Amino acid sequence: MLKELINKIADPLYSFPITTFLFYLMMRYYRIFGSKKFGKWALILSVPVIIWFLADPNFILIILFPDNVPIAILLVMVAFFTWFSLHKAAENDVRIEQGLGPIEATPENREKVWSWPNLVYTELFAIIACTAFLVVWAIIFKAPLEEPANPTWAPNPAKAPWYFLGLQEMLVYFDPWMAGVVLPGLVVAGLIAIPYIDTNPKGNGYYCFQDRKWAIISFLYGWLVLWVYLIIVGVFFRGPNWTFYGPFEYWSLYKIVPEYNINLSEYLWIKGLGVAMPKNLILRESLGIILTILYVGVIPVWAQKATKMGRQFYKDLGSIRYYIFMFLFVTMMSLPIKMVLRWLFSLKYIVALPEWELNL
Amino acid sequence: MSDTKQSLNRREFFSYLTVGWVMFSAACAGLAAMAFRFSYPNVNFDPEMEFLAGAPTDYASGVDERYKNAFGVWMVKSEGKLVALSNICTHLGCIPTWLPAELKFKCPCHGSGYYMSGINFEGPAPRPLERYKVSLQPDGKIKVDKTKVFRQEKGEWDNPDAYLNV
Repeated sequence: MLKELINKIADPLYSFPITTFLFYLMMRYYRIFGSKKFGKWALILSVPVIIWFLADPNFILIILFPDNVPIAILLVMVAFFTWFSLHKAAENDVRIEQGLGPIEATPENREKVWSWPNLVYTELFAIIACTAFLVVWAIIFKAPLEEPANPTWAPNPAKAPWYFLGLQEMLVYFDPWMAGVVLPGLVVAGLIAIPYIDTNPKGNGYYCFQDRKWAIISFLYGWLVLWVYLIIVGVFFRGPNWTFYGPFEYWSLYKIVPEYNINLSEYLWIKGLGVAMPKNLILRESLGIILTILYVGVIPVWAQKATKMGRQFYKDLGSIRYYIFMFLFVTMMSLPIKMVLRWLFSLKYIVALPEWELNL
Repeated sequence: MSDTKQSLNRREFFSYLTVGWVMFSAACAGLAAMAFRFSYPNVNFDPEMEFLAGAPTDYASGVDERYKNAFGVWMVKSEGKLVALSNICTHLGCIPTWLPAELKFKCPCHGSGYYMSGINFEGPAPRPLERYKVSLQPDGKIKVDKTKVFRQEKGEWDNPDAYLNV
């Protein structure tokens, strides 16, 4: 019963808004989330839950798949380090409010030591420990040796390496040019641009949240919800034919999910106006093109003119930085928007020009 | 005063330099050509671009997977037409599987789905599967030519080379 419920809400249609809401709660109440008490109880409560999950034969089949074990370990690390950074930030924010300054700025933490031997020894031990761990790992979990590659056959499901599964999940909602080239390119360019856009000097060398609230929230949303969450979905919830499978579901080859996706132009002309699709390509896709231009071109200007936060950002960043930031932010948010549109309206493409290999 | 004996005058120096430079350039160009050649495989395991696919009477109505593994082509017969359907997904080039129970092609990479005709209806595939040129040889065998593709969104499926009347 409970398992059925979990299977149901693990579907991205539900789990994505839930994850976004949990993320909002985590940011809103970061002091409670970052407290030692919360961390302790979360750890204590997670143990029976994890044991209950592992007791399920279908779940353990997926989690013990050799490729998936390291991902499970990494997810535990992501959870821990997210908690740890917010814990440190909450601690420092309380101190800054009391006028004490961050912990990192206290005299005993300002003491300097030599990198040799202090750092180099630590690194040496870390290298040895990692090597030993990997050797043991390689002995326990065998790398699968499969048949020779065949260009006319693909494994089912065909999965990318785990770190690309977020991208692969993204590709379900976008044209390969967008999700495979433009968006990953903008992710890299945007990450490179961060130090040039965000010139806020606060937060250098110490943990904090209040001093750089929006930078932390927008980065963590992109990282935790749009990257890590999508990797979780891609690794654990996508089975044969890239169909969704709940955590307690058996990956049956015969699961059928009826789906029928339509383009925005078909919605407009056939369903909305009840006429045939126009022959002229630009006219056919005009609504999608207008919406895209409005989304990319008008929202940044509107935000700057009409919203208080936009005015504040514009004042702090200057016009060039502001528009670059808004372009990157709007592009990032196009992913959740497109996902939600696909789930709610089975929308395939907003602009569909397969004749020009251009689909948005 | 030392009797500086010049073994090489200016004119000779430049002629040697020219010869040396030409040889150096030639060696570099040869190396580059070899490196370029090295980047292509010696043996090509890709399926043949042209093959004979039996006689039209060999096919029952529906999807025939006989030539899928060897040549990457589904022979689809329906409504009096026989077509050669490419098995490369138009989304990102994976190989879909034919699901006979659901009468659709389903891609294992991102879940694109196609009807038997090759028309895309689910998942992210932006356009239908491509069709290859089919022609009837004088001896009654079908020849499939994969170098010529027909794309539905460009209105090429009506081309007489894109199907056989059976």
